[in-house]
Amino acid sequence: MAANPMTQFEVYRIGPEIKVGAFDISFTNASLFMIISSLAILIIFNLGSKKSSMLPNKLQLLAELSYSFVSKMISDTAGSKAKPYFSFIFSLFMFVLFCNMFGMIPYTFTVTSHIIVTFMLASFIFIGVTIIGFIKHGFGYLKLFVPSGVPVVLLPLIVVIEIISYLSRPISLSVRLFANMMAGHTMMKVFGGFVISLGIVGGWLPLSFSVALTGLEILVAFLQAYVFAILTCIYLNDALNLHH
Amino acid sequence: MIKKIFFQLIFFNLFFIKEVFAAESGGMPQLNPEFWISQIFWLILTFGILYIVLSKIILPKISTNLESRKSQIQENIEAAEKQRENSESKLKEYNDIILKSKLKAKDIFKDTREKVLKDINKKNETLDKQIDEEIKKAEQEIQLLKKSAPDKINKIAIETSSELIKKLIGTEVNNSSISAIVDDLSKKNGDKYYGN
Repeated sequence: MAANPMTQFEVYRIGPEIKVGAFDISFTNASLFMIISSLAILIIFNLGSKKSSMLPNKLQLLAELSYSFVSKMISDTAGSKAKPYFSFIFSLFMFVLFCNMFGMIPYTFTVTSHIIVTFMLASFIFIGVTIIGFIKHGFGYLKLFVPSGVPVVLLPLIVVIEIISYLSRPISLSVRLFANMMAGHTMMKVFGGFVISLGIVGGWLPLSFSVALTGLEILVAFLQAYVFAILTCIYLNDALNLHH
Repeated sequence: MIKKIFFQLIFFNLFFIKEVFAAESGGMPQLNPEFWISQIFWLILTFGILYIVLSKIILPKISTNLESRKSQIQENIEAAEKQRENSESKLKEYNDIILKSKLKAKDIFKDTREKVLKDINKKNETLDKQIDEEIKKAEQEIQLLKKSAPDKINKIAIETSSELIKKLIGTEVNNSSISAIVDDLSKKNGDKYYGN
């Protein structure tokens, strides 16, 4: 039923069922769009980096602008120490951005609208950042939970709050992206359904809403990818430069 | 008529709203764990490949492209700077040369002026000398003439006085006695007549 705004998030198997032990790793529509997004990124950036001309063509300009954009974002938020993690953050940003953007095309599947995908990304970032923090600072990394300049009386409370906020990072990071994507796509679907049900006479208002929402959703798709990447940078900054 | 259709549409839509919100009963497909393992597997696979290809092949290329462009621009700027410095030093040299040549020209002018002045002075001097000599010669001649003049005058005086005496008295007078008188007179009054 097309009118159901949630059917667009359904995952279904494409091709045969593949099982490894007890795990079902069948190729699904989600896998398809992950591969499409990655391939699109690889193709665009490969074409954009192929030849080095003094005056870049459009694709090269795109690749170089995104490179310097991400590079500037990382150096602004996490400093020069974050340079080794540049390619990870770049691929993360591009992956999330392309998944979001491919989700904006009608009849496609939005990979990032699934909590399991965003949660995997966020928990990988969380675990990675924690490991980096402990490698760089040893047990001194625990000082992150003890902010300086706090009265001793308040310290137990603050430490508890800091620990909770630290542990909730993967959840907040993943839920932010997932909820934004899901809410936006659901809303567009709902307005699309209104257009159909109100017909040629009453459908114009929800249609105009739908158009406006599409613009908004494209903005959100970019913004959420940016937020995801910049929060990763901020977490990385905490781990690399212990300021507390 | 249109109004009627509009209200009819809105009214009949109420029947379809149940179908519009039918999803509520199904819940969110995201929370269905059936394909979670599959999604995790494919996410790790695709993102891993993406990360490896980007970090090992593509990003270094973009980075070198950017670096080479930057360095080329830097080189060009440096070359331009060098050329500017060169041209400035050339300009300085040129100015120096002009200044030097101006000084030289002044010197030459001065020298030639002095030379010319010297020449003129020399010529003036020689001319002066010549003129002086001429004057001296003329004076000597005049002196000579002056010296010889009284004798001639005396002779004339003697001759005229002898002629006068002859005519007046009718007798010959000895020339020598007349010349003795004339000499005497001229010696007495020579200063008066010749300014010596």
